[in-house]
Amino acid sequence: MNLFTLLEMAADAMGDRIAISHGDTEISFAGLLAAARRAAARVEAAGATRLAYLAVNAPAAPVALFAAALAGVPYVPINYRLTTAEIAALLARLPGALLVTDDAVTADGIAVISLAALLADGAEHDGEAPDAERGIAVELFTSGTTGEPKAAILRHDNLMAYILGTVDFMGADADDATIVTVPPYHVAGISAVLSSVYAGRRMVQLPAFDPGEWLALVARHGVSNAFLVPTMLQRITEHLGDMPPDLPSLRALAYGGGRMPLAVAQRAMDLFPHVDFTNAYGLTETSSTIALLGPNDHRAARAAADPAVRARLGSVGRALPTVEIEIRDDAGHPVGSGIAGLVFVRGDQVAGEYQGLGSLLDAAGWFPTRDRGWIDSGGYLYLDGRADDVIVRGGENISPGEIEAVLLAHPQVSDVAVVAVPDEQWGEAVGAAVVLATGATVTATELQALVHAKLRSSRVPALVRFVEALPYNETGKLLRRVVRADLSQ
Amino acid sequence: MSVQYKAGAKLASTVCDGQILVLRVPAVPIELWIGGAPVAAAGADKVAIDPALAGGIMTGKRYTDAAETMEFLCTKGGAGSISVDGVVLGIKAAKALPSSD
Repeated sequence: MNLFTLLEMAADAMGDRIAISHGDTEISFAGLLAAARRAAARVEAAGATRLAYLAVNAPAAPVALFAAALAGVPYVPINYRLTTAEIAALLARLPGALLVTDDAVTADGIAVISLAALLADGAEHDGEAPDAERGIAVELFTSGTTGEPKAAILRHDNLMAYILGTVDFMGADADDATIVTVPPYHVAGISAVLSSVYAGRRMVQLPAFDPGEWLALVARHGVSNAFLVPTMLQRITEHLGDMPPDLPSLRALAYGGGRMPLAVAQRAMDLFPHVDFTNAYGLTETSSTIALLGPNDHRAARAAADPAVRARLGSVGRALPTVEIEIRDDAGHPVGSGIAGLVFVRGDQVAGEYQGLGSLLDAAGWFPTRDRGWIDSGGYLYLDGRADDVIVRGGENISPGEIEAVLLAHPQVSDVAVVAVPDEQWGEAVGAAVVLATGATVTATELQALVHAKLRSSRVPALVRFVEALPYNETGKLLRRVVRADLSQ
Repeated sequence: MSVQYKAGAKLASTVCDGQILVLRVPAVPIELWIGGAPVAAAGADKVAIDPALAGGIMTGKRYTDAAETMEFLCTKGGAGSISVDGVVLGIKAAKALPSSD
């Protein structure tokens, strides 16, 4: 199995369709295939063991992904927002790589090629893509929010299973377009390329996210589909204010990659009433999406009188038909619906392994996501934070999610993070960093009383600190360790 | 002739333009035909199609048997139908999903 097949099929069946729009540059699917064949010839000529990519979204990113597949080496996109020292540390883990970058990077054992040189005219690799047993397609460094970045391994088999299981070949209309704002080093940046190519959907690349620019590009290119991480959607709704956007081409908006505040989701649905919203839940280690809350679920939740159905807007939907999701208790036993525990997932797209650490799948193929959550009677999955974020107060396990949900329901609270803070008596206590809405007057005591009224007394935050904003990384992940450090001072 | 195939193998029809990718096969040899003639590596000489097995295959569709013990992806459409041990395979039904990428 080799990902390159996806591009060959697209180029064969719809070679004239535009695959990539970037500024004034346009590349067809046939052109993308030819560019990938030229780039693969360069990878082979360099004798490279990997093809790394250190740049913003550009045509060279999809070209490099497919060129690596054809050349039979892993594609390794690197976070360009890291410091020079952090990038050097990652490159030291990639001996023999060919690095695609326009930055002035030098590293021992690494050959460098510019984006333009990768795409330049030249000889094409005219061979077949290799069908290596369990061949590695992509290595993605995790964001390292909790420590040293790990290199997650995604094999051709995993990514092919995801695409074939979720995307209709040529399922896009000829004039459909998706705007790609997630960076190339994020798993959603990989899946955006693969899904778009297989569906025959043009990718409009936005190298650096800016809400005004995003709105302008959607209008200019008649964009029909978009994927956003929550912080991006929040910035777009803030940018729009009370001005509904005039974007008749936009039909579908998917979001994921972090917790979406309910207020932002509702605001976005009000601003884009004709748009189909989809919430996608997935991890790097699962080749992207494993659960979906689709457009019908969004509309039903919005219109429902039944509070259980309304609450589904806060869920991440149901497992893909090709994936199984199970909740287990701390002892590893599956629990029934409505009971919180650890989220486990199984399916052909689930990779669950890291370079140097091996596979984390158990004997039956289940991967521990380390997310906490529960599944309702309708099969909808609700996430409740990371297992590592659980607060242990005097031996009692407290999940931040339930406390955050109570605080977020207060009309004057716009965002909140609940974390463990050191406590002499209990070992750990509950701390809350709260962002108030403009003009809010609510006090810490009132918020503590609210939690006390809704939950047990052990859940009441011992510390409530009002902050201007919470720290999120650029792909919408809340940096809890930063909140913890701030509140512990 | 029965052959033990493995996932990842790319095969071509000898009667039409059809090409397939093996996604999943049982661990036993099978007689895999397109249009009434055994599949081969791409570029093999063409023979005549069996009119009884000319239903055709479509690019991007997955083909499977009734018990879903095997699965093939059509990577290039053609005039012949896929059959295994004399039984014609059908298109695997897939639930339409909203795009999440």
